Amino acid sequence: MNIQLQNLTMAFNNNPPTLKGINTTIKDGQLASLLGPSGCGKSTTLMLLAGLYKPTEGKILFGDKDVTNKEAEHRGIGMVFQNYALYPHLSVLKNIMFPLKMKKVPKAEAIERATKMAKLTQIDHLLDRKPGQLSGGQQQRVAIARALVKEPELLLLDEPLSNLDARLRLEMREEIRRIQLEVGITTIFVTHDQEEALSISDKVILMNDGEIIQEASPLDIYKTPNSIFSATFIGSPPINMIKDGDKILGIRPENLKPTAEANSKFSGTVTYRETIGRDTLIKVKCGENTLNALLETGDIVNFGDTVHLTAEKENIYNFDASTGRRV
Amino acid sequence: MKETTPLANKESFTSKFSKKLRNAIFVDGATLKSTAKAYLYLLPALIIIVVFSIYPIFRSLQLAFYTDFNFFTREGFETGTDNFTYVLNSQTFHLSLRNTITFVIGVVPLTIIISLMIALAIHSVAKGTAFFRSIYFLPHITSTIAIATVFQWIFHTQSGILNYILSWFGIDPIAWLGHPDWAMPALIIMSVWSNLGFGTVLLLAGLQTIDKGLYLAAKVDGAGKWHRFTTVTLPMLSPTIFFLSITSVIGSFRIFGQIFALFRGPGTANSALTVVYFIYQQFWEVRNIPRASAAALVLFAIIFAITLVQMAVGKKLVHYK
Repeated sequence: MNIQLQNLTMAFNNNPPTLKGINTTIKDGQLASLLGPSGCGKSTTLMLLAGLYKPTEGKILFGDKDVTNKEAEHRGIGMVFQNYALYPHLSVLKNIMFPLKMKKVPKAEAIERATKMAKLTQIDHLLDRKPGQLSGGQQQRVAIARALVKEPELLLLDEPLSNLDARLRLEMREEIRRIQLEVGITTIFVTHDQEEALSISDKVILMNDGEIIQEASPLDIYKTPNSIFSATFIGSPPINMIKDGDKILGIRPENLKPTAEANSKFSGTVTYRETIGRDTLIKVKCGENTLNALLETGDIVNFGDTVHLTAEKENIYNFDASTGRRV
Repeated sequence: MKETTPLANKESFTSKFSKKLRNAIFVDGATLKSTAKAYLYLLPALIIIVVFSIYPIFRSLQLAFYTDFNFFTREGFETGTDNFTYVLNSQTFHLSLRNTITFVIGVVPLTIIISLMIALAIHSVAKGTAFFRSIYFLPHITSTIAIATVFQWIFHTQSGILNYILSWFGIDPIAWLGHPDWAMPALIIMSVWSNLGFGTVLLLAGLQTIDKGLYLAAKVDGAGKWHRFTTVTLPMLSPTIFFLSITSVIGSFRIFGQIFALFRGPGTANSALTVVYFIYQQFWEVRNIPRASAAALVLFAIIFAITLVQMAVGKKLVHYK
């Protein structure tokens, strides 16, 4: 089922709009991330998709059906909340069965479908437990099973990994992708973590200040940022931004290479050096700019050395300093 | 390495031991001096509780077994279980117990249901929650005599507002306070009204602690208003409802003041005679203190048994976080 947002606008009680007329399409079976800093409107967009908020203007289409004015309980979507929102008094099995109970599915069938979902999310050994007896990752799995059990055509995930510790976050992020591909469900994933968005999505929708800045595949949004915002929000360590007249040059740290003095574009002293596993990051003070460069194994550079750096022309992004757009 | 002599070890052992002992007696960081000071602060309240609660409990236990007792000299002579036999076989006591149970069954569910409806209404208003909460709490802090005086007017057969309102529906005037059949409903109406304040404020506090996310999740899961109420509100509120049911059952079994204030007696043909009223009659009117004590102990046993049953049922139904 394709999801279309047309001129979607949301303003709360006469405040300036938090969402300023966004347009996008998420294709059937895709996993799309709504990415952006807090307050950018990504969660509002998700709440509008769920039907928990009603837009001030604009339309939401599920397939060719206009669902803009449909209540959340009739939209038939699955949603995983940031704090999971499991019913604390119900067992895992009853939590997963709840959406089926609301659809008046016969009990035997409901138990069967819920158990199947629990197997898919690998929590079938915990069915009798209460949510309070589960770890964060297990609760997350219950929430996913509950969202998927009614076989919705759209799955919404609201910052689902932000309450987990770093290790579990990596594990659950792969799990979400595995389950999404296995079920083949159209999925919209809200996150403020660019790495999360880049790692599991088919499409990244980058938002800021109530507007969509750029939407593209993870690789395209990384390689061809359309604006300063896009370039600086995505990538770790962050992109180098160098002022050059009325232009700003953006160079990703891994694209800065050590070179001979004659070919160098930037020269300076190494003020910082750290090696994490296979990566070595150095900071080089070149005049008023401090550049980050990620070195390859074999490039030996020490603190206090003078280094000369260059970058391929296609890896230098030019931005207009006044508009912030790519030129 | 620092050398430790056996003596030093022994010293540290004794100091460790005394430290353990101190920790067992005093709370963290408390000293003998600070503990004595704390006892001094506790003393006034403790004296009052001992004199007016603890001592009477044991005294009534003792009094209930006197079969020969002088009301004026407060001296007891012979002992036995005759007082209990009398109370348990007394027609009047049976009537008072029936009346009390009718009262409890009428008041407790109505108090909880109406309080819950008011709390839900107040909870759903966007502004002025604090204002409404204060307004609805007023009955709880109003004197029983004042409430009864107003209700005597409301219930008045000829000029009462209740009968006036009922007349719009073609209902003939009811002798709320005079007719034996209507005394108990009148008492229940007034008691429910005066209980609402406490119930509403308690349930409102409970409602405010419910995670809003659960309502959103239930909505997305396809639950309409009613199912959101039964799967989120009621279970999350169950500890509060349980607490309210225990306190109002105990409170309702002890009903006395309202009757005295509303009917200036036990009601026509003892229609509002409750167990505590029976105890009062035995004490002040019959002047049989041992018999009043025996009846009080019987009431205590009944309340205790019912509370135990409630606790057992509550364990199954109540969800604690």
